[in-house]
Amino acid sequence: MSTITESFLTAGQLIAEADGKLLSIVGLSLQVSLTAVFLAACLGLPIGAAVAVGRFPGRKPLTVILNGMMGLPPVVIGLLVYLLLSRAGPLGPLGLLFTPTAMVIAQVVLITPIIAALSRQIVADAWRDYEEQLRSLGASTPRAALTLLVDTRFSLSTAVLAGLGRAVAEVGAVMIVGGNIDGVTRVMTTSIALETSKGDLPLALALGFILISIVLILNALAHALREWAARRHG
Amino acid sequence: MAEPLITLESLRYEAGERTLIHDVSLRLDAGRRTVVLGPNGAGKSVLMRLMHGLIEPTAGRIVWNGGGARPPQAMVFQRPVMLRRSVLDNVSYALYLAGVPAAERRARAEAVLERVGLSPLAHRPARVLSGGEQQRVALARAWALRPRVLFLDEPTASLDPGASAEVERLIRVIADDGCSIVMVTHHLGQARRLADDIVFVDAGRITEHTPVADFFAAPRSEQAGHYLRGELSWT
Repeated sequence: MSTITESFLTAGQLIAEADGKLLSIVGLSLQVSLTAVFLAACLGLPIGAAVAVGRFPGRKPLTVILNGMMGLPPVVIGLLVYLLLSRAGPLGPLGLLFTPTAMVIAQVVLITPIIAALSRQIVADAWRDYEEQLRSLGASTPRAALTLLVDTRFSLSTAVLAGLGRAVAEVGAVMIVGGNIDGVTRVMTTSIALETSKGDLPLALALGFILISIVLILNALAHALREWAARRHG
Repeated sequence: MAEPLITLESLRYEAGERTLIHDVSLRLDAGRRTVVLGPNGAGKSVLMRLMHGLIEPTAGRIVWNGGGARPPQAMVFQRPVMLRRSVLDNVSYALYLAGVPAAERRARAEAVLERVGLSPLAHRPARVLSGGEQQRVALARAWALRPRVLFLDEPTASLDPGASAEVERLIRVIADDGCSIVMVTHHLGQARRLADDIVFVDAGRITEHTPVADFFAAPRSEQAGHYLRGELSWT
């Protein structure tokens, strides 16, 4: 019992003191995941809109695949990206393995399908209401897709934040391709795993608090944004 | 002889196994206000969507202006579709899609909102307006395109009487501006007030195309007679 209480206290102290090691780990986590989310949104939003609005063969199977890929296990993604980036792999010469860039790549692979699948659903729902009007006004399919992305921007922000939540909280992919190297590729989740197994519970707990807070704050922001948008824009 | 606006030649539309429009031929003249009447599921909306080009006919063809180019046109739906932007931007967006140069868009959008009495709402988000206001924005957006023909699919079906009257007034104003009107409605009073001609559709066929006074005095087709007696017994 006392170990747990002590750990909580030390964790609180680490956060309160803004411990340097703690901050660098949190900072790298956010840097990697925010970069990954930005890139995944650039890819996922257009893919989602195109699948929602486009009329091309293979659209239905693609939808099923996208939805299925939302549940990809991070460790498997990590393994595949590892093989791709390892010295013998096709992208080996780039020397990216065990760098933050490798972690960004793995997370982009992980969350692009999430953002694409969620935005496909959102855009497809809007398209059902807007299609006749937009086509009556003479919108081409790409133009309609863009208009829908802009018009559903508040709902789409939820899809992007879902991707961010997933990226910042996953451990398997970044562990494999990053290697959890101290001061280089160590992020919140990999540190928690490592420190727990080492028995350094205070640091693990402190990181755990921060991680949960980040996820909660993200969701609160998403909720507030949607509420505000519904009042302001209908 | 009046100028032909649109001529349908043996137009047929099938959806899966079902034939919704059976080899329909029809000629509407320019400058007329035509109301399409008929029971639910008769194919009124499908017919209008074929004319407007939202769906492609399975067979037959549509000829505009006796063989000319497809004229500028617009359509207003039962439930107005407003984008999450201001009223003014909703109108400007339509002008943008129509290829109106950026420099002209704003002035044209403001002018049309002025004419329909919506200037005070120009900068309000369109989707938080009332249903009646949104439908007036939809009419303004359509009118801004300077259409030669305006299609309306039950534009007042979800509106209260006051808002309906305002929409009817605007339709008349747009018609007087030189725009032909093709409208589907279930409201016989509205048909009587707005129409020059009635097209009656039943089970995917046009049973008659008659001037409005003749239609209500003595419909030529048996189906229209049944429809009027059935409808009037409820009104």
